[in-house]
Amino acid sequence: MSDTINIEINGIPVEVRTGAMVIEAADEAGITIPRFCYHKKLSVAANCRMCLIEVEKAPKPVPACATPVTDGMKVFTKSPLALDAQQSVMEFLLINHPLDCPICDQGGECDLQDIAIGFGKDASRYNESKRVVRNKNLGSLISTDMTRCIHCTRCVRFGQEVAGIMELGAPGRGEFTEIGTYMERAVSSELSGNVIDLCPVGALTSKPYRYTGRPWENESHAHVSPHDCLGSNLQIETRRHQVMRVLPRENEAINEMWLSDRDRFSYTALQHEERLQQPLIKQGSEWRQVDWETALAYAIDGLQRVRKVDGAEKLAALISPSSTIEEMYLLQKLMRGVGSANIDHRLRQSDFSDDDGQPLFPALGCSVAELEDRDAVLLIGSNIRKDQPIAGHRLRKASRRGAHIMCVNPVDYAFNFPVDENIVVHPELMARELASIAKALLTLTANAAPAGLNVLLENVESGDAHLTIARHLQTASNASVLIGTQAMSHPQLSTLRALALAISELAGASLGYLTEGANAAGAWIAGAVPHRRHAGEHSPLTGLHTREMLNTGMSAYLLLNVEPEQDCANPAAAVRAVHEADFVVSLTPYITDDMRAYADVLLPVATFAETSGTYVNAEGKWQSFAASASTADDIKPAWKVLRVMGNLLDVGGFDYLTSEDVRDELKGQFETLTPTLKYQWQCPAVMPTKVSKDLTRIGHLGMYSIDMVVRRSAPLQATADAQIETAIVHSVTAKQQGLVAGDTVRVSQGGESVTISIAVADAVPENCVFLPMGVGGAVLGDAYGSIELAKV
Amino acid sequence: MSLLQQRQASKTHLLNAESRQDIDRWVAKYPADRKSSAVMAALRIAQEQNAGYLSNDLIEAVAEYLEMEAIAAYEVATFYSMYDRDPVGRHKISVCTNISCMLCGSDDVVAHLEKRLGIKLGETSDDGRFTLKEVECLGACVEAPMFEVAKTYHGNLTPDKIDKILDELD
Ligand code: SF4
Ligand code: FES
Ligand code: FES
Repeated sequence: MSDTINIEINGIPVEVRTGAMVIEAADEAGITIPRFCYHKKLSVAANCRMCLIEVEKAPKPVPACATPVTDGMKVFTKSPLALDAQQSVMEFLLINHPLDCPICDQGGECDLQDIAIGFGKDASRYNESKRVVRNKNLGSLISTDMTRCIHCTRCVRFGQEVAGIMELGAPGRGEFTEIGTYMERAVSSELSGNVIDLCPVGALTSKPYRYTGRPWENESHAHVSPHDCLGSNLQIETRRHQVMRVLPRENEAINEMWLSDRDRFSYTALQHEERLQQPLIKQGSEWRQVDWETALAYAIDGLQRVRKVDGAEKLAALISPSSTIEEMYLLQKLMRGVGSANIDHRLRQSDFSDDDGQPLFPALGCSVAELEDRDAVLLIGSNIRKDQPIAGHRLRKASRRGAHIMCVNPVDYAFNFPVDENIVVHPELMARELASIAKALLTLTANAAPAGLNVLLENVESGDAHLTIARHLQTASNASVLIGTQAMSHPQLSTLRALALAISELAGASLGYLTEGANAAGAWIAGAVPHRRHAGEHSPLTGLHTREMLNTGMSAYLLLNVEPEQDCANPAAAVRAVHEADFVVSLTPYITDDMRAYADVLLPVATFAETSGTYVNAEGKWQSFAASASTADDIKPAWKVLRVMGNLLDVGGFDYLTSEDVRDELKGQFETLTPTLKYQWQCPAVMPTKVSKDLTRIGHLGMYSIDMVVRRSAPLQATADAQIETAIVHSVTAKQQGLVAGDTVRVSQGGESVTISIAVADAVPENCVFLPMGVGGAVLGDAYGSIELAKV
Repeated sequence: MSLLQQRQASKTHLLNAESRQDIDRWVAKYPADRKSSAVMAALRIAQEQNAGYLSNDLIEAVAEYLEMEAIAAYEVATFYSMYDRDPVGRHKISVCTNISCMLCGSDDVVAHLEKRLGIKLGETSDDGRFTLKEVECLGACVEAPMFEVAKTYHGNLTPDKIDKILDELD
């Protein structure tokens, strides 16, 4: 049987894939067939009947979305029979649909409106009463007007098929069918916003955008997501240069046509009341609003003073991993220009001992799209579904194809795909579990073990789970070992990475990282690390990494898009460090009381939407964008601020006119250097096995606390994922500590403490306290440090 | 049990041992990863266990037992008229008003029942004896008009016949 067959649509010959539906053939040929329930990414429901067409020799009109093509088929989409059928269906659909387009948010981008005009009758013959359906509260992101629902079930199928959790359903029957969630629970999927795009009518619309604008008033700009290492493509819509909403831009290679809720709704933080509007300087203990010239002069003056008095090596720079590559490049150029290599973007990392063996940049090991052809995946310290929702979706697709997904995690995370082997252990035992998997692989494979591994694993034993994982990884044709975001703060990260490398090499799998922020790859390429210059070049001047900077105490800090109390692996140490420093310059879009307390200069900079720049995603793809929105005059894109600072500091080579100039300079060097740095095996000196007696904190990083912008998005903060307000312990640990669920405890870490209530769940290993970063406003110690509990 | 799932208390204990055994027999008829195929039988069993109606808790218990989302079980429970989600009387009279029965006089049947029992369609008598329910075609059109009491069909109904049937019920 050949792969394609020939059919004819409206007399036009069309060659089409065998097994395709008529509607797909028509879409490919550019012939419009009206539809509501059919969607190319969802299963065929064929319940709306809008796509009725005539097929030669068929006695009745047939639905194009559910009629497979056959060789020689003759299709008519505009014959009298087809048109009559379409008009009749339209008439039925409109029976119960309100005529409320003037007050409907979907107006102007409504499939029903468009199709009614194109395929309906011009007058209504219906005089009877219409159905009214009560609206449902689905949470802070999706607004409902259920009377408008035409029961296409796209939203229901999306939940079942794509989001992997069926939250919306269609209870009731016939006229009494109403779309809703069970007992009106808020939807909790991290991809839920996509139903807004899918809903062909105005039944499901965006809650934050509700009643704020009309689509034809908006300008649309191509942009890139600033919140995870996938770099999902965005379409930012603005009106009078202000962001009105964010929609997905279709890109099959990355986000297909989906967006995570985080990417879709984070724009709601752009007009947050904490937005810093003007440069501020602190003189004595007074904050003064000044113009940029004064502020910059003051900042440069302070930095020069520290440089002169304490030496350049006392200057430090911390930059958010979601900054653009231009910002990263300029900041490191500026720092190195004044003689300091103390620059880092790895704010949440605790273990830096394998820095020299790192590849050019932490990459995914395959393309984003290839994630879905994986046959076996081992996740290490990853809550991929929430950390990188779009990557999670690809893995879910792989899983539906039969891939084996396996984990070694410090928490039993709720995934939306089945996990074949789910190893959940005390964080300190994660390395041992990986070692056991490596050991199992040694018995299975002929691949040479990296030097020293055999000795290291001498006393390691492996059980059934390890053997199963090893076997799946080894027999898969496409296997990946992925180190997740939750592992980044792990105190034994280097050991975990080394063992992950050993596993991947022994199994013939690719090794990848799911890094935090949007641009960790870009940061490495730009040289925003203390030991390497841009493009992976060896740095003659080696600086301190984040932890050393914060622990040794620097005299001056330059911060870009960083809130130390929220963004660091050890917030308490970070806060202490910036408070003790002589001079702190913060380039920030927002201002907080904490900043007022520790900073000396606050420079208002643009957020992702308001600046041009480039993100390099985890597969190494450079994606540049122009500014989509503009800001008040006194808020500047950070790259411009850095350019001026570079000039004021007389560093030289800061005469860029545009951000493209900055990017091209870096890219040019990157390409001529064609760096080939690979991750280098460094055999861990010892096998960490012992578990400390103390309680250990699991400082989980919640999906809605990752960066300054997301933390200020009110609709996102109101979702279930942002609502963890308790510490969680295992039932055995609770018993040992004499605690029951609901008790209030004081948790302390290195002198800092917070009072919080306790929940009990065995998803957390024994002897651990699950306490996400920043919960309850806590500024505590290390994400995975020891922690004390006391009942109050 | 993962982090999120564990936060909702389990409800499967609401299904008694007998019901579970019964449900297991249905589950066994389907592939292991398609437990939810047994949902219709499971809901019926749960309903029988609970004096003829399904509470939300029971629907959730069935969903959890069959490893499906509550909303999916709820869809089924709200779709079929054989499931009741409010307490019912000792005798549930399900009157067919679909096309054949309607043509053969189901309106009169309903009128007679409503008059004699003093309740309207969809209501339960104060003494808890009768629930009157309107249902779709029960596949007994040959003897339309008809109704079903408990699990027994009664066809070719006339007022007299209806009275006789009712008189025999406790
Ligand atoms: S709410 Fe929208 S997407 Fe869902 S069934 Fe109704 S019309 Fe379709
Ligand atoms: S699009 Fe074909 S039936 Fe709805
Ligand atoms: S119509 Fe009443 S039994 Fe069929």
